[in-house]
Amino acid sequence: MTDALLPARFADLEPFAAVWCLPTEGERYARRLASTMDELQAFYDACFGRIEEALDHCDQFPLDEMPADAVNLMHLIYSLVIVSMPVEAWRQPHVPDAGAARLDRIVEPAP
Amino acid sequence: MAKWPKPPEGSWTEHYPHLGTGPVSFQDSISPEFYEDEREAVFKRSWLNVGRVEQLPRNGSYFTKEIAVANASVVIARDMDGEVRAFHNICRHRGNKLVWTDFPREETSGSCRQFVCKYHGWKYDLDGACTFVQQEEEFFDFDKADYGLVQVHCDVWAGFVFVNLDKEPRQCLREFLGPMITGIEGYPFEKMTERFVVRADVGSNWKLFMDAFQEFYHAPILHARQTPAAFSIPAAANGFHAPHYQIDGPHGVVSTAGIRPWNLPKDMLKPMEEATRSGLFGPWDAPDIGELPEGVNPANCDPWGLDSFQIWPNFVILIWGQNWYLTYHYWPTAHNRHTFESTLYFVPARSARERVAQEMAAVSMKEYALQDGNTLEATQTMLESGYVDTFPLNDQEVLCRSLHKVAVDWVEDYRREKAGAERD
Repeated sequence: MTDALLPARFADLEPFAAVWCLPTEGERYARRLASTMDELQAFYDACFGRIEEALDHCDQFPLDEMPADAVNLMHLIYSLVIVSMPVEAWRQPHVPDAGAARLDRIVEPAP
Repeated sequence: MAKWPKPPEGSWTEHYPHLGTGPVSFQDSISPEFYEDEREAVFKRSWLNVGRVEQLPRNGSYFTKEIAVANASVVIARDMDGEVRAFHNICRHRGNKLVWTDFPREETSGSCRQFVCKYHGWKYDLDGACTFVQQEEEFFDFDKADYGLVQVHCDVWAGFVFVNLDKEPRQCLREFLGPMITGIEGYPFEKMTERFVVRADVGSNWKLFMDAFQEFYHAPILHARQTPAAFSIPAAANGFHAPHYQIDGPHGVVSTAGIRPWNLPKDMLKPMEEATRSGLFGPWDAPDIGELPEGVNPANCDPWGLDSFQIWPNFVILIWGQNWYLTYHYWPTAHNRHTFESTLYFVPARSARERVAQEMAAVSMKEYALQDGNTLEATQTMLESGYVDTFPLNDQEVLCRSLHKVAVDWVEDYRREKAGAERD
């Protein structure tokens, strides 16, 4: 499969990768706000148990020499982190009583 | 949580008798007239932090800083001798903004050997000297040596770059910072070069957001839902007590005790905190950064949570017990608006795990800050309604009390000076 985003052992997560492998926090946060709780929960439930394995995979490489599929996996983990807030705490996509507030990340490390 | 001893006077607030204990007016946060005077009295007289030396990695590196509250644009550069300098960002010929990219109101950064004005090509060395004037012979009685860039007072402390827009600063930077702040010198800020920067436009006076982060009385209530009930219910019942407050001149610090999340029962943690070994307090596996300077963790807490150094007027250095730090800047844009900026600084991650732990800390911080930020607009609008005009502050809000008093004192000093000058 040439159009796979993730390393082969994470092939079962490809449907989520297509949605959640986003390189910036701004894109990940926007995707979270644009999702339903059912979508967030499904992503979380499918991927949360694989974090340890994903970290082991990414930790094989130095941060500045990661192959593209491992970088995608990092982005998927970051998305999982941002989605954990509604799933584990808020029970809604946005921070309660923070309807109008924005906080834009303008500098971040890569990957 | 055990209550911490208070000073012999019985409270932190009474330890600083000039503060009083009565209800406080927030007129200083809603009055457009006060704001106009504050611009002159505070922001054109104080040392203002504009960044760090790591933003100027090489000779020739520069960045610009827009300081709307002082109606200033400043370019900060490392000249060819390695010295950090600041200039008003204006070409001496016809007043064009000298350094900008695409959008003149936006900040920029880069590296160059000379600044070249986009308009008529005048050139300036990084030490400010004017070195080239197009068709110089066409000017009258002209010597380009008289047309160097206008210097802004600039100094560096602990790697933090400060400017002062006063013609002659009333104090040098060290004196302005005072012993409590300079007591954290030696903290390895220079090792923490991995940065996350977030920015927000906030619909409140700048001091109201400073208040939100200089008391933690709100934390068990406003942020209760961030933590599982097993954690948040006892936290709210205990309330918040800081082991240490200190006020030194216009600056303040609050220090807090910490927790060891890795020792907590599972039901007090969010699953993602366990999975990433991280959370709001930072990565659980703290990097080794050696001995800390004396001014850090002043109450010798173990575990220690954080020290939040509130540096007058609009700058905060918050040092976490987990060996990272963040800064806050509150840049006013109107009496009821400001730009909030927070920068998180970590020792660079060496592995994917470390990097993910940093991401978790940065994401957690944003969730908290969004809660803090949105209450502010609610506070600003109701203060402005004017139906209630004094407000009680408790002992855990001593730094809020101090901040508003300092602002009022500085503005009153300025008004007295101005009235005196007009009489003379």
